[in-house]
Amino acid sequence: MISYNTAIVLIGTSILGAVSGVLGCYMVLRRRALLGDALAHAALPGLCIAFMIVGARNFVALLGGALVTALAGSWMVTVIPRRTRIKEDAAIGIVLSVLFGLGIVLSRMIQNRTTEGSKAGLDSFIFGKTAGMIAQDIYVISAVGLGVLALIVLFYKEFKILAFDQDFASVQGWPVLWLDGLMMGLVGVTTVIGLPAVGLALMAAMLIIPAAAARFWTDRLLVMIILAGIFGLLTGLLGTAASARWANVPAGPVIILVGTGIFGVSMLISPRRGVVARGVRHLRLRRRIARQNLLRTLYELSEAQWPEATRLTPLDLMKERAWDPAGTARLVKAGLREGLIEGDADRFSLTDTGWRDAAQVVKVHRLWEIFLIEEAQVAPGYVDRDAEQIEHVLPPDLVDRLQARLVELDLLPKPLREVPERHAALAPIERVAGS
Amino acid sequence: MISQSSEATEVSASAKCAADEAVAKAGPLPVTVRDLTVAYHRKPVLWDVEFEAPEGRLIGIIGPNGAGKSTLIKAMLGVVPRASGEVLIYGESFERRRRLVGYVPQREAVDWDFPVDALDVVMMGRYGRVGWIRRPGRADRAAAMECLEKVGMQEFARRQISQLSGGQQQRVFLARALAQEAQIYFMDEPFSGVDAATEKAIVSLLHELRDAGRTCLIVHHDLNTAKDYFDDILLLNMRVVAFGPTDQTLTSENLRRTYGGRLAILDEAASALANARR
Repeated sequence: MISYNTAIVLIGTSILGAVSGVLGCYMVLRRRALLGDALAHAALPGLCIAFMIVGARNFVALLGGALVTALAGSWMVTVIPRRTRIKEDAAIGIVLSVLFGLGIVLSRMIQNRTTEGSKAGLDSFIFGKTAGMIAQDIYVISAVGLGVLALIVLFYKEFKILAFDQDFASVQGWPVLWLDGLMMGLVGVTTVIGLPAVGLALMAAMLIIPAAAARFWTDRLLVMIILAGIFGLLTGLLGTAASARWANVPAGPVIILVGTGIFGVSMLISPRRGVVARGVRHLRLRRRIARQNLLRTLYELSEAQWPEATRLTPLDLMKERAWDPAGTARLVKAGLREGLIEGDADRFSLTDTGWRDAAQVVKVHRLWEIFLIEEAQVAPGYVDRDAEQIEHVLPPDLVDRLQARLVELDLLPKPLREVPERHAALAPIERVAGS
Repeated sequence: MISQSSEATEVSASAKCAADEAVAKAGPLPVTVRDLTVAYHRKPVLWDVEFEAPEGRLIGIIGPNGAGKSTLIKAMLGVVPRASGEVLIYGESFERRRRLVGYVPQREAVDWDFPVDALDVVMMGRYGRVGWIRRPGRADRAAAMECLEKVGMQEFARRQISQLSGGQQQRVFLARALAQEAQIYFMDEPFSGVDAATEKAIVSLLHELRDAGRTCLIVHHDLNTAKDYFDDILLLNMRVVAFGPTDQTLTSENLRRTYGGRLAILDEAASALANARR
């Protein structure tokens, strides 16, 4: 069984993970992903000063010290870009390096002055050490974390408009500078309470990774925030549990590795934005385009003989299109398998199904061409040549007009005109104007 | 305020405070700008801008690139700090009357990959009325849907905004401004990069707003269409070159003073305009 202390630590890091994940969404969406990193480093000088004054054992005082310089850092990041020509990324860089440099100097001074034993308290903030935490520490972390979460819930609407369109928010009268300051401050607070658990260098990952993973799964802000909270919670929970199980591994890196695992899985398998889904979609699209091209080519080579089938060879197709022999063979094979053509790989002709599908594809392409030539100045935004059913994209009266033009220009594919005896089974496909 | 806003569902029946209505009747003009100067990092970009916009007019703000057109409306709206001058909305400072003002920023101003749908964006137009902490309610949602309908985008309400075309995105921005139920609309290049269907939709929307007594200040870059779209023109190049009814303002002389005759094509455009009037 896990000890009471371990259980408390698990709860604490779970809350911490959830808060970081939720807040991280805004950082990721506002392209401020590195802010957490800057503030974590900015916390070091305050931490050292507090250590010098009160010593290692006073957890709250150390957090308070760290918070002072972290908040000073977030204030600088908010104000510098507004008051000077320095851009936000540069401001983040300045805050990170200057305050961290100061912190390193201070920590060296401490190192030279004190014995190893008492310095350990400081080290645990820099590298993160959940094992050394006591219940009291966790209560502080949890209470502050829940407070931050409550504020984010409370100001959901305000933060949403701030993140999406600051100027519009300011025209409506929202005090954007204060809201921005509040958000930065919350990041500062969250960063500081995260230090004892994951350490200074890795706190940024707690803010970024769950949010970035959540973005893969959804296009809705609220869902993204909830997911990021859950991912963060799992990250904290599983990471701490794992590091407790293998006592020699520090919690911070394990927590981050768990988060990275969640991120990796999200990146791979999320249904819309994931790498695999994108790959599959791309492949499907290519296959559909290849099939359409095959049908169009077959149709154009066979049209003159309609309704008699024209015997064709792969070479005939290659002469029409810039296809290589292997690709052509693959296409022909697929056509045979789908029943679009009959015969064998060397000599083949359109089947009834092939004629019908080909005529349909050709018709749609010709309709779009007429649309582009004659109507597109009204609405070029509508053009969607891949749409197999033009009727789904354009208003019906426009489709009727286009079909009429198709008939007028004698471009309506022959299988869709009259239905000769042996093709009666095919039946006219749909409303063909004038027929 | 909140209960009023929930009843208001049409631009023509917009929720105005009784007091605002009284002011509007009593006479102060919708927009008065006096002595407005704006500086970026010590370098003034707008000098002594003064004009008064009459009610129920479509006013085009025209000028070359870098003339400060966007800066002008941003300064009027307090987005960009003013170095001097005042902006009155129906006789009171903008800060007091911001509820009467709707804003359509440039389309490029936001990240369209943001995880919100069209309806979410339009709902943001209601936030100013909803106030701190509270969540927009069902009435706000209905009002936002109606604004989407006005721009012909109701079918796309649940579409993520990156999945919309440029013209559709612009219409969503317009719908968001409509959701503000304002008296005066500031629009930054609403016609830039939109398809013909959207252009038509915007023009008819502007006419609708004008007929309902709304005043629109619209930054515009295309001289050729300016004379068809706007009742009044403000020619701007760091200062106001000319302001008045379109046919009196868009003269070749004024255009030369605005554009400095730098581009031959503008001379042509100016003479084309002059010929068209003859």
